[in-house]
Amino acid sequence: MAYLERILGEHPFFAGLDDEHGRLLAGCARNRRFAAGEYLFREGEAADEFYLIRHGQVALETLVPGRAPLVIATLGEGEIVGASWLLPPYRWMFDARAVTLTRAIGLDAACLRGKCEVDHHLGYDMMKRFLPVVVKRLHDTRLQVLDVYGDD
Amino acid sequence: MSMATTDPRAAGPAPFVPQAYRVEEVTRELADTVSLRLAPLDGARPDFRPGQFNMLWAFGVGEAAISISDVETDGSFVHTVRAVGAVSGALAGLEVGTRVGLRGPFGTGWRVAEARGADVVVVAGGLGLAPLRPAIQALLADRARYGRVAILVGARSPETLLYPEALAPWQRRPDVEVLVTVDHAGADWAGRVGVVPGLVPRAAFDADDCVALVCGPEVMMRFTVAALRHAGVAAERIHVSMERNMKCAVGWCGHCQFGPAFVCKDGPVMRYDAIADLFSIPEV
Repeated sequence: MAYLERILGEHPFFAGLDDEHGRLLAGCARNRRFAAGEYLFREGEAADEFYLIRHGQVALETLVPGRAPLVIATLGEGEIVGASWLLPPYRWMFDARAVTLTRAIGLDAACLRGKCEVDHHLGYDMMKRFLPVVVKRLHDTRLQVLDVYGDD
Repeated sequence: MSMATTDPRAAGPAPFVPQAYRVEEVTRELADTVSLRLAPLDGARPDFRPGQFNMLWAFGVGEAAISISDVETDGSFVHTVRAVGAVSGALAGLEVGTRVGLRGPFGTGWRVAEARGADVVVVAGGLGLAPLRPAIQALLADRARYGRVAILVGARSPETLLYPEALAPWQRRPDVEVLVTVDHAGADWAGRVGVVPGLVPRAAFDADDCVALVCGPEVMMRFTVAALRHAGVAAERIHVSMERNMKCAVGWCGHCQFGPAFVCKDGPVMRYDAIADLFSIPEV
């Protein structure tokens, strides 16, 4: 547990996390390892865990009928994978595939949601960490949609 | 920023007279993009600064401003041209042995030497790598004089990455950080997928002591400048290469007016703090 608490605190997503919250989060955490090509999750599955990437690279993919899977984003060391665990219906919207050997910390979603409900300080802290990530990804997606290289 | 002048003598002798060049080599870069190696028919190639451009004249069609993307030791210029209009389409369709007119070089260049002693972050989007390539070559040729060097490259897809033959050796160098990303890719692409401003926080550089050189579509540059500013890079340390429709190339005609400046002579490379107020105004 102390080990998980330490590596949680070392991950950029949890920079500055206070000790009490670290202990609470470590109770929901476990080490995960994904071989290259292995899926962290598939579209439509229950979003019951989210991931802090410690090492490696993960591709978010979607299937387009009649075509090969399309990679819409890649995520690497220091980033997080998954936001669908935060909101009903708690189902993944995309596939997540390890491009290379990927080591991560998995946080049990139900456990985490429960602790955030009980401790609103923890919940607010989590929201303050998640929102910038979500907003940045929204901005990135908007820029991708602009297809800026089409007329450069 | 200095106001535009109307003295063409500042551009050197006979700035409106094109010199004859011969197409020595045509290299297909992308489906709609070629690189032309051009050698002067008479005399030596003029000196140039990385970031400058030449006016290339496709005889019988017209003239267009094309940045210098490389020079060869045999005294030729290399220009990378994407076929998007009548003139660029004609230039991109030239064959070896064809003659073209060339005026230049014109404009400001990347202030590579001024970055000595500092970290350098080069950010290229799409064809923006073309005018940055000579700057990167100058940096790498004099590598010991600079701090950390990061080259961030973005493209629409893996198939549209410019100069993969140049990227590969840069990526192999231990003294250069090269990060490449594409907006979209198939599952067989093992690299990054995402927008190029997203690479800025992943690159290693000292925001307080770095110079950033940025070139690409204007939207991409706006987002990249925002990412650099968010990382702590001062506006005066960010240089961008602007693109406007240029005609005379010496600040006479006003086709390329950008606020109080003319991109052809006050640019194309401009310090961001000098144009920040204009950067997000439509139709400037």
